[in-house]
Amino acid sequence: MKSKRRWYKEVYRPVTERHPERDYPFKTLSDIEVEPVYTHEDLTDFDPEEELGYPGQYPFTRGVQASMYRGRLWTMRMFAGFGTAEQTNKRFRALLDAGQTGLSTAFDLPTLMGYDSDHPMSRGEVGKCGVAVSSLADMEVLFAGIDPAKVTTSMTINSPANAIWAMYLAMAQRKGASWDSVGGTIQNDILKEFIAQKEYIFPPKPSVKLVIDTFEWGPKNVPRWNFISVSGYHIREAGSTAVQELAFTLYNGIHYVQQALERGIAIDDFAPRISFFFNVHNDFFEEIAKFRAARRIWARQMRERFGATNEKSWMLRTHAQTAGVSLAAQQPLVNIARVAVQALAGVLGGTNSLHTDAFDEALALPTEEAAKVALRTQQVIAYETGVGHTVDPLAGSYYLEHLTDEMERRCLAYFDQIDAIGGVEAAIETGFFAHEIGEASYRQQREIDRRERFVVGVNSFVEEHPEIPLQLVDSEVQRVQLERLERVRRERDSHRVDGALAALREAAVDGRNTMPAFLEAAHALCTLGEQMDVLRNVYGVYEEPVTI
Amino acid sequence: MSKKMRVLIAKPGLDGHDRGAKVVARALRDAGIEVIYTGLRQTSEMIVRAAIQEDVDAVGLSVLSGAHMHYFREVIDGLRAKGADDIVLFGGGIIPDQDIGALKAMGVLAVFTPGASTQEIVDFLHKVVAQN
Repeated sequence: MKSKRRWYKEVYRPVTERHPERDYPFKTLSDIEVEPVYTHEDLTDFDPEEELGYPGQYPFTRGVQASMYRGRLWTMRMFAGFGTAEQTNKRFRALLDAGQTGLSTAFDLPTLMGYDSDHPMSRGEVGKCGVAVSSLADMEVLFAGIDPAKVTTSMTINSPANAIWAMYLAMAQRKGASWDSVGGTIQNDILKEFIAQKEYIFPPKPSVKLVIDTFEWGPKNVPRWNFISVSGYHIREAGSTAVQELAFTLYNGIHYVQQALERGIAIDDFAPRISFFFNVHNDFFEEIAKFRAARRIWARQMRERFGATNEKSWMLRTHAQTAGVSLAAQQPLVNIARVAVQALAGVLGGTNSLHTDAFDEALALPTEEAAKVALRTQQVIAYETGVGHTVDPLAGSYYLEHLTDEMERRCLAYFDQIDAIGGVEAAIETGFFAHEIGEASYRQQREIDRRERFVVGVNSFVEEHPEIPLQLVDSEVQRVQLERLERVRRERDSHRVDGALAALREAAVDGRNTMPAFLEAAHALCTLGEQMDVLRNVYGVYEEPVTI
Repeated sequence: MSKKMRVLIAKPGLDGHDRGAKVVARALRDAGIEVIYTGLRQTSEMIVRAAIQEDVDAVGLSVLSGAHMHYFREVIDGLRAKGADDIVLFGGGIIPDQDIGALKAMGVLAVFTPGASTQEIVDFLHKVVAQN
């Protein structure tokens, strides 16, 4: 008899008959059953050389760099943006002064949806959940006093990504920074918008075409730029499980790769600059397993399926953010503990960059104080805990390796399922993702409502919560922003504007790469709304079917 | 109540975060309430029109973008202008405490923030719609 089986029979069962297990679901947030103990018997087919390799080596399960955090700590990159470009610039500088090592820009909803601040749909939304950027003039204020050759900047922008990236690059040019020296990331992952966050403008096909324009143009012109951050974060925030987040994100990544190959771009010309972005949620080990599985699956897909030969093409480099959806409005200071544990999971999972949520984010945008506590949480993990002293310290844990295998297995099963539907676009159109995520999020909510799972301060240990000071966006924002926009429209060369917009239209109609036209439009001070209107006319707009 | 309660769940404005709206819509439906979900990107006028056409007892707005003061004001004014101010207005999202006070003063009967249970929302609706 196997020893684990004997232990269950002779030791565990007699004990639990006398003292029963707690009445609590022993399963991960992805519904993977968790056994009381794991042993080498759970890893019978496990070949560490093949499944793990060494840090910095295929299949990169243990991390993409050989030295990982012994060489360089992860980038501490806090997502920030609110109000006017002036206000966000001030927050950026405060974060850099506090020891942050990279910037990450949150845009307001009108910008994310390709509307200028003075568009009727923008009323009430300007500067509310991010900073408003309607033209190069706003971009220049946003990065005033910040050297784009020294600080890397990530921009969370999707449907209008090409235009916003062009504005950033035009800003860098006007500061005299060479594009060879400019590094950063645009999120530019439109597929997860259709699947989860819903900030799309155009239908899927032309939307993906715009993304592939950056795959083609980016490496040749801005070699240090990550022109995409394939994002599971929003899929998870929409209520998916960790397994779904992993599977849908990697499948999206594969779809972009296939589209780029179809355009005739060689895999090793673009793949090294594909980056990723995952959520780090509450289920500690499952999250660590997710990151490790993601690297292994991606490496295998890139090498074995797509024949990439450059090692950098095999590496899944990723940003991570703690789970906003896990934060509670009740007893908000408790969120600091949640964020710390999630951040630790991200680090043990080998993330390359990290944002930690502020404790007040279930109530409003973070105050400077709350954002600083979140950054300090990363610094405590980095400098005080010693977890980065050795690479992938949990490797070889029976439980973790079992979970990592399980994440991979379930992820590949989803790949087959989506293949059978006919790929990502078909799965979007048939509502497959909406259904899968809807089921998962509803199940999670029911478990909390029925107190099958406990959430501290929400359905257990409940008490009246004290009020905390919040970041408020003042009404001056709209006025300052509209004044600048009006000045831009008044003072720019309208002849150059017309020419730039006509060229953009032509590039879109002819199916050529749109990036050169976006660059000229940025320099000509065309507004974001004007540029997106040109494309709305050419491509049409997308509306999703309404389902609950 | 002889008639089944009807509730409109609406997503005003540009915000695409629909997890909360959909979870609430499903929970209300499972609790025997008839639910109409507007889908995304609704203007306040569209929401008011849908509320009247669908003859609902209550309208719930889900706003996570920070633009809640703007949209609740527009919807409440719109309902009043159409003589439909008997329709219960409630909502949820990322909404600071001090704004909840202002929204209640405006006539929004309840605001549910992250961590609220769907049962609370069901109970609230049964209570206030019965009173109406």
